[in-house]
Amino acid sequence: MGYRVSYEQADRLLQTWQKQYRIYAPKRFAGRGWKPGTDMIRYGEIQSFRDVAYTEQSHFSPKDVVAPIMQTMLSFTADEVKVSSIDDRGILLLARPCDIHGIHRLDKIFLKNGGQADFYYQRYREKVKFVMIECREGWDHCFCVSMGANRTDDYSMAVRFGPDDLLIEVRDEDFADSLAGLPAVDFTPEFVSQDKKPVQLPVIKNPEQLKAAYDLPMWAEYNDRCISCGSCNTVCTTCSCFDTIDVIFSETSRDGERRRVWSSCMLESFSTMAGGHAVRKTPGERMRFKVLHKVHDYRSRFGGDEHMCIGCGRCDIRCPEDISFVDAVNRLSAAMAGQAVVVGTKEEI
Amino acid sequence: MENIMLPSGAKIIDIIHETTAEYTFRVAYDQPIRHGQFFQLSIPKVGEAPISVSAKGEGWIEFTIRKVGRLTEGLFGLQPGHTIFLRGPYGNYFPIESFDNKALVVIAGGTGLAAVRSLLRHYADNRADIRDVYLIAGFKDINSVLFTQDLQRFRETFNTIATLDNMTAPGFSTGLVTAHIPSIPFAELGDCNVVIVGPPLMMRFASEACIKNGADPDNMWLSFERKMSCAVGKCGHCKINETYVCLEGPIFRYTKAQELLD
Repeated sequence: MGYRVSYEQADRLLQTWQKQYRIYAPKRFAGRGWKPGTDMIRYGEIQSFRDVAYTEQSHFSPKDVVAPIMQTMLSFTADEVKVSSIDDRGILLLARPCDIHGIHRLDKIFLKNGGQADFYYQRYREKVKFVMIECREGWDHCFCVSMGANRTDDYSMAVRFGPDDLLIEVRDEDFADSLAGLPAVDFTPEFVSQDKKPVQLPVIKNPEQLKAAYDLPMWAEYNDRCISCGSCNTVCTTCSCFDTIDVIFSETSRDGERRRVWSSCMLESFSTMAGGHAVRKTPGERMRFKVLHKVHDYRSRFGGDEHMCIGCGRCDIRCPEDISFVDAVNRLSAAMAGQAVVVGTKEEI
Repeated sequence: MENIMLPSGAKIIDIIHETTAEYTFRVAYDQPIRHGQFFQLSIPKVGEAPISVSAKGEGWIEFTIRKVGRLTEGLFGLQPGHTIFLRGPYGNYFPIESFDNKALVVIAGGTGLAAVRSLLRHYADNRADIRDVYLIAGFKDINSVLFTQDLQRFRETFNTIATLDNMTAPGFSTGLVTAHIPSIPFAELGDCNVVIVGPPLMMRFASEACIKNGADPDNMWLSFERKMSCAVGKCGHCKINETYVCLEGPIFRYTKAQELLD
């Protein structure tokens, strides 16, 4: 069932839903971009559908809604621990199909891997209902079709944003009543059907081929270019790694709190243990680790067709050194297929 | 909703100074645990770190911790009676049911000995369960020697070589552990298991030396050490290919370990 809704009507609905839900969407933060004079688009709570920055891809993914950049896990004294609490309300999350897939990838790690669910993720995730932002065209840098992340049916509502009004499809009975009586129209969301730059995925079938992939000379090329800043991990929807840090409230006490903070496999310290031994010492080794996790290891572990990468392409946009993940995957795939290595789409590589 | 990352408090019963840099913390604990498993220990003012159980007894377990940098420093200010937070046990364990009644070779480098100490104590207590035990324990120098009492007992019970890297001392051999591997009579041991624990390079060279001297790669076991924030397969730090050391490890059969590419 579809409806045509003006922004004024939509905002009245939003106020109704806000009684039960916090509503998150990509928002524009003027002047806060990563380069001078640019805006940042990232997720935040919205108070109006006019707040939704729908004409561009958000620079950051929606993952911080379910896995915050920093969250307090528990507070402690010398003898006791007390688990933190979060807002009781549900979460309505406006997201494009690729990012909804991305949250499903996070579900695999946080809820399924190891056979036990992570409390700190689950307490956010179980509150989430998706409002899918229709995405028909994609952008030049994204490749959701190659990654099978272009379509989804996991949404309560779907929205097509227009300059004057919105088309809303409702699939979830919980929201049907609030829309009843508004002008009904035929609206079924469409999906991206072709990538502008398709990505070839590597064929790695056994440990010998994996070893061959590891030993490719291409990885060493990243040593000179990658500055190990971790920006790619930060904007990625599916990067789920974190650190745990304890913060004490004063030097003389043992009272404090334990926090979970995003981590990044591209950082030099990611694998460094007490005593200083690091498993991956060069940017090239870390690039190899990241790329193979995204297009091999994850699927190898969980089976099925899906890779960890959803093809949003944010990492390529964000890299301050113009390193392209897409090119790295294509080069890896070509090398594994015994073809000449394709020269990157970015002339620097 | 169960919170699998919630630690619980345990009382420190005793603190044994093994060396100036390594202390053993005996902590009250009465749940079952297998040889080779580890806990996430809360280090006051720092955070959590994976620490293997170095011994267990009636109502207690021990952790032997090396004072390395900032990370473990907070622990060294604690006293018996203080509470320490921990969660676990985590990880797999040495398959002692397939070790029983066969020969066992254990090669440990430095604090690596902590990870196999509980296994060795088990066989010292149950000597009839195992055939010959060959232990090579390597230390940097005489000041780095750990578990002096246990080491004496292992000397009396097993074929033990305690060796110092480049120093001579009464009761100790000299040289790296690899220098002593040729003295293990693999050809006579038949169906034997080999356990190797220590720094990465030591494990690599010791494994190669064992294979060269006739050990079966399928019956060799390595214990991996990796950075971990969670120990339950979520934080990503210990992942190698599709394997999570916290879930499928820390103990790997040598043939599997060979396939793990960092």
